Amino acid sequence: MRTFPLGGIHPPENKLTAGSGIRQLPVPGQVNIPIYQHIGAPPKIIVERGQEVLVGQLLASGEVFISAGVHSSVSGKVVKIENVTDISGYKRTAVVINVEGDRWMDSIDRSPALVKKIKPDSQEIIQTILKMGIVGMGGATFPTHVKLSLPRGKKAEYLLVNGSECEPYLTSDNVLMMEKADEILCGATITMKALKVKRAIIGIEANKRDAIDHLRECAAKYQGIEVQELKVKYPQGGEKQLIKAVTRREVPSGALPIDVGAVVFNVSTMFAVYEAVQKNKPLFERVVTISGKYLENPGNYLVRIGTPVSALIDAAGGMPENTGKVISGGPMMGKALNSLDVPVIKGTSGVTLLSGEESRRKEMQNCIRCTRCVTVCPMGLEPYLLMALGEKEQFERMEHEKAMDCIECGSCSYICPSSRPLLDYIRLGKSEINKMRRARKK
Amino acid sequence: MNPIVLYTILSLSATGIAAALILFFIAQRFRVIEDPRIDEVEDALPAANCGGCGYPGCRNFAEACVKADSLGSLFCPVGGNDTMKRVGEILGMEAEEQDPQVAVVRCSGSYACRPRTNFYDGAASCAVASSLYAGDTGCQYGCLGHGDCVRVCDFDAIHMNPRTGLPEVIDEKCTACGACVDACPKNIIELRRRNKKDRKIFVSCINEEKGGIAKKSCSVACIGCGKCVKVCPYDAITLENFLAYIDPVKCKLCRKCVVECPTDSILEIGFPTRKPRPEEETAKEVPAPSMAGDVKAGGSTTDTGTAADSTAGTGTIDSGTVDTGTVDTGTVDTGSAGGSRDPEPQAGGQTNKEEEN
Repeated sequence: MRTFPLGGIHPPENKLTAGSGIRQLPVPGQVNIPIYQHIGAPPKIIVERGQEVLVGQLLASGEVFISAGVHSSVSGKVVKIENVTDISGYKRTAVVINVEGDRWMDSIDRSPALVKKIKPDSQEIIQTILKMGIVGMGGATFPTHVKLSLPRGKKAEYLLVNGSECEPYLTSDNVLMMEKADEILCGATITMKALKVKRAIIGIEANKRDAIDHLRECAAKYQGIEVQELKVKYPQGGEKQLIKAVTRREVPSGALPIDVGAVVFNVSTMFAVYEAVQKNKPLFERVVTISGKYLENPGNYLVRIGTPVSALIDAAGGMPENTGKVISGGPMMGKALNSLDVPVIKGTSGVTLLSGEESRRKEMQNCIRCTRCVTVCPMGLEPYLLMALGEKEQFERMEHEKAMDCIECGSCSYICPSSRPLLDYIRLGKSEINKMRRARKK
Repeated sequence: MNPIVLYTILSLSATGIAAALILFFIAQRFRVIEDPRIDEVEDALPAANCGGCGYPGCRNFAEACVKADSLGSLFCPVGGNDTMKRVGEILGMEAEEQDPQVAVVRCSGSYACRPRTNFYDGAASCAVASSLYAGDTGCQYGCLGHGDCVRVCDFDAIHMNPRTGLPEVIDEKCTACGACVDACPKNIIELRRRNKKDRKIFVSCINEEKGGIAKKSCSVACIGCGKCVKVCPYDAITLENFLAYIDPVKCKLCRKCVVECPTDSILEIGFPTRKPRPEEETAKEVPAPSMAGDVKAGGSTTDTGTAADSTAGTGTIDSGTVDTGTVDTGTVDTGSAGGSRDPEPQAGGQTNKEEEN
């Protein structure tokens, strides 16, 4: 069974919601739709206060290349455009809409029928994806049309579809693969056409046996798509790790996947691409896992973008009393929320509730030079050294030690027997290095 | 004598002499001629090596001074005007006088004023915390309270107050080197002109949120109402992004804005208490709550820890000369506690009690 060769860990999987199907979360009374949900430039708001909007109507349009539009997920009236707390706790501009009914734009095809025939050509597909505001839904939220528009001189050989979902607790991709396999495969075919590649490989971790079998069965009907079973190891779903596992090619430091001929998308992104191109539906809802050991009713919900996390928790049976942290995403790479009013955005693949006991950090001890962090680092870095440099603010040396290659998977902090906040300091160093690089460019 | 010993002594001596000659000529050839004034200037500098001048150390600053055509852009904030005058004398140049400065913490969001909405258990560093999220309160601009400013201070001039969770500057020790200003990821600390008797008036808030949102997260936030702008007779206050800013150069310390501020976000520190006029008594006491904590702290200075550092003498003098004494006692006594806000809300009551005394 294939996997990436360097490092990796085996955190408890805790896939509590793997068996439960996708349920529709009722549309809340009010949504806050942040306009900045992706990597790149923020889009420009084109609606006004008091304006009536329909489901799927454009609220903000991306005007530069690396940006993405944001669409309304509900129908109703724009009550205000103001700063609302986002995942990081900072207040960012959002469009607040009071929901009235559920009126969709006429252009959206709401029938569940599978449309397999792909009419538009490569450029038209990319234009549609740009128009529908599709971004990478695995968590990084990089605009999809940018990834599809290959730089001149570069040629893609493989389309890799990431279904590994190595993050503990999260099952949104798993259930999507079970229920929407044909749509995902069709989305992959569309993406293959846009990229002009002949081969697509869907990588799935071996713990999702049913998804592997189901997708394999369906994939037989599609040309050029195969399913690759991968060993269960975190962070198997990392872009570079997946490429290494599936194609045996290594993305060099500082290079992009396209430099080794691969383009990677998440399965949910493939589903969104299908809906955008075949059903003319913008990205305004997604599958979100709500999970936690003490939740009464954890599950996978189809949630409109802008729904507050609190609504999701209510649907899962309310907040358990012993909750210590509410995390957007999974426990490894997710971000602890500092408010329950934070809305679900395009990159929210799950919400995990950890009890106070599970989530408490142990007291930091001295580094005992065991080098377990070096052993588990999937990028071959030396986290203990990077942290020491970060603490001493030696950011230039940190850059020299390839801190920018860190994918922030958190394996080092997870394994450290002294509970040192390794990743915290590496993150700090990365942001300082980015600042230095920007200053150098000027 | 044993010939072996003799030969050894002779050959070693010869080698030594030859090496000495080589070294002598090399030293002549590669001699570095250094301006002797660099040493003189360095001796005149405070030798704090704090980097406040913008150079890595005092030696580098001395070199820069000697090389420079004028001392206009060079200034040692630690030594101040006296040091720069001496440097000017050594180099035969005119040193420009600059107003002495002092660091000011522009956040009053103590535990009591700014309720904590969540709990942070990551690395105890403001830099790390701010790279992860906005902070443990509803205010994304406010102090994170992990004390990065305290750690970088070479002069022991800034301390965390455990009761408020905010850093406090000891004016007498602060040299305005700017290390804390650079260390603060939230840009809360500002260098402001040092006034007579260390008197200060400043907006102790940098929240650029709209009034309602700011007020919701912190009871002493600037809500951008603009009342202070209207009342200021010197045009020293500007309002931008719902946040007032008092220009330290234009401000004449008249204190009109302090009375006007509805949220007590403008602090006055080091002033004698105003004489309350009977008909305006209640209005006059409105600004008092900001000092309320210090009034209390003045009574029991030891518990703040930092207060122990401040000069005890000044406190007593002020409270002696001004009969109401309350506000000064607080501010001067806990000079370090400059403008801290305190959980206890009984400001007015406290003032009255002291007046009776």
